[in-house]
Amino acid sequence: MTVSFKFDSLQYLDTDGAVVFEPLPEWANDAAILIPLYRTMVETRAFDAKAVALQRTGQLGTYASSLGQEAIGVATASVMTADDVLLPTYREYGAQFWRGTTMAEILLYWGGDERGSDYAGPRGDFPISVPIATHACHAVGVAYAMKLRQQPHAAVCFVGDGATSKGDFYEAINAAGVWRLPVVFVVTNNQWAISVPVSKQTAAETLAHKSVAAGIAGRRVDGNDCLAMKQAATEAIDNARNGRGPTLLEALTYRMSDHTTADDASRYRSAEEVDAHRLQDPIDRLRRYMESRGLWADAEEQELHDATAQRVEQQVKVYLDTPAPAPQTMFDHLYATLPRAFDAQRQAVIEEK
Amino acid sequence: MPEVTLVEAVNTALARAMGTDENVVVLGEDVGVNGGVFRATAGLQERFGEARVIDTPLAENLIAGTAVGMAAHGLKPIAEIQFMGFIYPALDQLLSHASRLRTRTRGRLTCPLVLRAPFGGGIHAPEHHSESTEALFAHIPGLRVVIPSSPARAYGLLLASIHDPDPVVFLEPKRIYRIVKQDVADDGHALPLDVCFVLRSGTDVTLVTWGAMTHETIQAADALSSAGISAEVIDVATIKPLDIETILESVEKTGRCVIVHEAARSGGWGAEISAQIMERGLLSLLAPVQRVTGYDTVMPLFRLEDRYMPSVDRIVQAAHATLGFE
Repeated sequence: MTVSFKFDSLQYLDTDGAVVFEPLPEWANDAAILIPLYRTMVETRAFDAKAVALQRTGQLGTYASSLGQEAIGVATASVMTADDVLLPTYREYGAQFWRGTTMAEILLYWGGDERGSDYAGPRGDFPISVPIATHACHAVGVAYAMKLRQQPHAAVCFVGDGATSKGDFYEAINAAGVWRLPVVFVVTNNQWAISVPVSKQTAAETLAHKSVAAGIAGRRVDGNDCLAMKQAATEAIDNARNGRGPTLLEALTYRMSDHTTADDASRYRSAEEVDAHRLQDPIDRLRRYMESRGLWADAEEQELHDATAQRVEQQVKVYLDTPAPAPQTMFDHLYATLPRAFDAQRQAVIEEK
Repeated sequence: MPEVTLVEAVNTALARAMGTDENVVVLGEDVGVNGGVFRATAGLQERFGEARVIDTPLAENLIAGTAVGMAAHGLKPIAEIQFMGFIYPALDQLLSHASRLRTRTRGRLTCPLVLRAPFGGGIHAPEHHSESTEALFAHIPGLRVVIPSSPARAYGLLLASIHDPDPVVFLEPKRIYRIVKQDVADDGHALPLDVCFVLRSGTDVTLVTWGAMTHETIQAADALSSAGISAEVIDVATIKPLDIETILESVEKTGRCVIVHEAARSGGWGAEISAQIMERGLLSLLAPVQRVTGYDTVMPLFRLEDRYMPSVDRIVQAAHATLGFE
């Protein structure tokens, strides 16, 4: 017998930015809250377009675009403090930018330079985790350390829909439940794990359902609705910080881009499918909402786009102007102190012309 | 000074570290209430509480991954994998994260964890409980791999591993967990990592080994001594990074070298040691380096286990082979 139950998805705004669910959170009329969210989403998108262009012109390595899913990271990060810890996968630049990681750092990272993960932003944040879901276990460890020290902080771990098929993910949510840890697992469900759709990842009705087996809170949210995303993240992170346990937050979105610049999504999904999701755009939606409330106007939009373009160019310049590290630096952070056993190899690198 | 076994020395070192530094936590399967299946963590939970001596869900990848997160966030986790045979789910965390977190963040985040696991054959254990795969870990850049061979070295090297600012895989030869007792002062004194220990001085042949095989190797040295052959015995202890200098100095003196390990032969850590001797000590050698190892077979179940493990006789014969080489 199959047990069936529903996880309703939280959504305040329809695709036109009209309110479809009330009451709205108090801050939903506060320009001082909304504009920074909007600005970071716009910056993230401008950065993203630039990064793809850099890759296409041979100035960046393979790059994973975050196009269309900016609201999830930005809204979640807006709820975090500097003492909380972000454990991102790739494609969560919005969260990283909000927290203080620079565009130049992300470019350095995809440009093949470890210094890109030595973030200016919160020094305790984890670097981008490429091996899928492996960092979900790190989030458990970070949250355990916070709980042991009775700190009112949270670990926030981003994974994708594909990650929910991995043992790491199950092991992490299971342990988080057992230890009632201050951790939030944000599942950015963008429907595609490279070429494999969610329907081939799992027979579970939703990804939020997986919270049930772990005995933790589960929640679904429209990840393209910035207001809903911020509200859901607020509740989940607040619960984590205040001893009310972990949450699995499934954020629904759609990967508008190829998986990476090395991928061609037209091999496995139709242009019609992608086009249909353009209506869902999180940036357009928030802008329409703000305009409808008189919180945003065309002049401000133009000003923001100009300022953003300048900022991106300036960050690209920082990236392009950063010379490659000296070859022997590959030894510099291997251990706290390089063991004598590797002195000869380090010297050989220096001497090789 | 109390006489203790190797596993008791591990327990003493863990208690010492936990008592000295409140950031030290112990986690693993059955390490808490049960005190570990080998009793290595006995009494720790009673003394230091459930929050610091943590019974984990049964998931080795989780244990290692949690330790990575803890270590990067300021704790000093000592994770136990119940047997090396179950360590492989944790390999991803060691290879993809623990060993490279410092490098990939330019030192912003570090990973001072210790991953302990009993390993090796010779106790007629069930399937998957007897292998020696230390070379898998030694191959990973950024890790330390430490193997004690006596109660005193277990105590001193484990403390050193806990103090070390980088990840250490600490492999405990379970065959000698209880066969030898030794006076070990619980004085908090760590032994140096990254150096070999010369267990016995000799002039005719160098016997290089680690872990439980030090016992057969010492017995072989005794047998050789009866035949008038003076064998030097080196316990590598930290197999990665390798203290090749001590081995080269010895080989320069003796001109002959036999490397002994339980692990399978091809790609075993003996191959690395042998290669480095060739690269840097070829002209000292009077005979080719010999290896006495487990075979390149699946570790047999215990009816044939003794035939798989290097014996005293095989070590003695290999030493004679180096002496008879012309």
